[in-house]
Amino acid sequence: MNVLVERCKECGLCINICPKGVLVRGEEFNSRGYRYAVPKNIDNCIGCKLCEYICPDIAIFVVRGEGYEG
Amino acid sequence: MRVEYLTGNYAVAEGAITAGLRFYAGYPITPSSEIFEYLAKELPKVGGIVVQFEDEIASINAVIGASWAGAKAMTATSGPGFSLMIEGLGLAIMTETPLVIAYVMRAGPSTGIATKSGQYDVMQVRWGAHGNYEIVVYTPWSVQEAYDLTIKSFNVSELLRLPVILLSDATLAHLWERVVMRGPEEVVIMNRKKPKVPRDRYRPYEPDEDLVPPMACFGEGYRVLVESLTHDERGYYKTTNEVQRKLVWRLVNKVRKNKHLVVDSASYFVDDAEYVVVAYGSTARSAYALVKELRSKGVKIGLFRPKSLWPIDDDALIRACSKAKKVFVVENNVGVYVNEVCRFLKDKEVISIPVIDLDIPSPEDILDVMREWL
Amino acid sequence: MSHPLDRYLRTDRLPHVWCPGCGIGIAVSAMLRAIDKHISEGHFSHDDVAVVSGIGCTARATLYLNFDSAHVIHGRAIPFAIGLKLVKPNLKVIVVSGDGDIAAIGGNHLLHAARRNFDLTVIMINNMIYGMTGGQVSPTTPPTIYTTTTPHGNYEYPINIIKLLSALNASYVARASVTHPHLIEKYVYKALSIEGLAFIEIVSTCPEVFGRHLGFKSAVEFFNKLKEMVRFYEKPPIEKSDIVWGNEVIIGEYIINDREGFVRSIYKTLSK
Repeated sequence: MNVLVERCKECGLCINICPKGVLVRGEEFNSRGYRYAVPKNIDNCIGCKLCEYICPDIAIFVVRGEGYEG
Repeated sequence: MRVEYLTGNYAVAEGAITAGLRFYAGYPITPSSEIFEYLAKELPKVGGIVVQFEDEIASINAVIGASWAGAKAMTATSGPGFSLMIEGLGLAIMTETPLVIAYVMRAGPSTGIATKSGQYDVMQVRWGAHGNYEIVVYTPWSVQEAYDLTIKSFNVSELLRLPVILLSDATLAHLWERVVMRGPEEVVIMNRKKPKVPRDRYRPYEPDEDLVPPMACFGEGYRVLVESLTHDERGYYKTTNEVQRKLVWRLVNKVRKNKHLVVDSASYFVDDAEYVVVAYGSTARSAYALVKELRSKGVKIGLFRPKSLWPIDDDALIRACSKAKKVFVVENNVGVYVNEVCRFLKDKEVISIPVIDLDIPSPEDILDVMREWL
Repeated sequence: MSHPLDRYLRTDRLPHVWCPGCGIGIAVSAMLRAIDKHISEGHFSHDDVAVVSGIGCTARATLYLNFDSAHVIHGRAIPFAIGLKLVKPNLKVIVVSGDGDIAAIGGNHLLHAARRNFDLTVIMINNMIYGMTGGQVSPTTPPTIYTTTTPHGNYEYPINIIKLLSALNASYVARASVTHPHLIEKYVYKALSIEGLAFIEIVSTCPEVFGRHLGFKSAVEFFNKLKEMVRFYEKPPIEKSDIVWGNEVIIGEYIINDREGFVRSIYKTLSK
């Protein structure tokens, strides 16, 4: 999972929608003063892409690995 | 080349076809509707499209869209319709969209008398839109000129990436006269400049030396950005003094710097004239008759006729009036364009001769008003 | 590192101007996914796409999209788009604007585009407020709610655009919601291959302005609340198309018709 940190506006929608609790609000600020989302629990990620689709800032994209089972 | 017998309105339509018109969007309004109706019939024959829209606002915006798709586009209207189109006109100016509006003036204000004439709107056509800009307005006095100046309007609009207004009136619109019509080999047709740089280096509002940016259109792969907000060369919205000043001054200087390519006028009997009449459009026909008559009686009088109302051919105006003691501005309104003439003839006595007439002021009516100053 | 949608974005202008949690970004990215799908399937090319918008928050989309775009005057995106499409019918012309731009000032143009079944994809992102100008009432604002121009409560009754369009000739009328971006993508994908007018209303959240009027403390709260109200039917009947705020927002494809589009009709007539 990739977060384009400079685009993140700390809205929390990705954290809210993730069914597996992968994303959390980070501790670091980007240059605009937002604490960008971080995939802290990446091992839980099932590749559903809900975060990618819900991000209003087009700041997240998920690359599905070989283990992804549609 | 062929000779036809046409009305002013039909001549505008034919001039547009000769100039390469391919899209017309309009709304019926007296006294301009014949332009629309004629084109609805004839334009498809040369591969063009004519559509009636729900109002004038849709019409002008559709014309702008069509121009951005690459077509030469126009609409025709009168006072109430033009008033609705003014915001769209501003969009065309800001986005530097070539197009022509045929404005056939009628008696106003408001609904007025749809079927009667006047010259009331010579300032509206210049200053109607909000913001600062320069615009080009041509005003024919004959059906032949309606044809020729319509072609010129299209050429100037393409050359300067600017909306151009062909200002006619109800009298000229329905006047029947002989017109010599040009074939394609007999007339110069100008087209908008196209980009000379590759797509990734193209900037939609980056001007050449003549202050006019080359225009890529939709569907050509240039990712153009038509932007109504204040923008830089890329079309990106910027809220700085630097960008605002650069843009506004360029829109203004685009016309001022190229004035010599745009202005047009005619002068009659001015070489030794002590009195000069300034008149335009259909009123100039009567003014010309009056001037000739007074000349035959020994009065040293001449006529200056602007063909481009905006910008005025000021060099020619000043030259025409160089020996004049008095300058009379004759117009079919309450005395409007006279203010523009005054601006250039600061050391001359400029007298307003307003003669309101629903058809055309007669030479006698004009003389009645002028008499006390002669 | 670049996002798969970056080729459709003017990335030098990002991050965009929309507020944190604004639904417009969700709708626009779903729209881009649908366009991308068509392009990768070879139905049309990147150069064939044109996007037109009016004025307002939603209309700012054209500033960020890497297509031939037009950011025109308030309410007039549809006529501009029509002029464009009539001259270059091979373009895929998409109008993206808000509820104020399309249903208020642009209402008449929408009606006539639907009457004509004009070949456009019109996406109206409905956040039920005039966001850009600070929170004034919109024709789609639900009754009783505080807005800056109805500070004593909204005495206006909202318009139901879906129902209105059902009385005209549009080929496709659907409603989606930013709470279900997969559906937005599916409907936009379909809209782009429909002949005639394809209209999609996308119910959206405006957390900073409308959200405040409603009393929501965060974008997430507003989003979750909207999600509770949204019900999906595959083909809902028009009788269910009223948005009852606090109760039901029914999304789905309301109208799907196989009708001749205006472009085909006019070219057929004029080429004779």
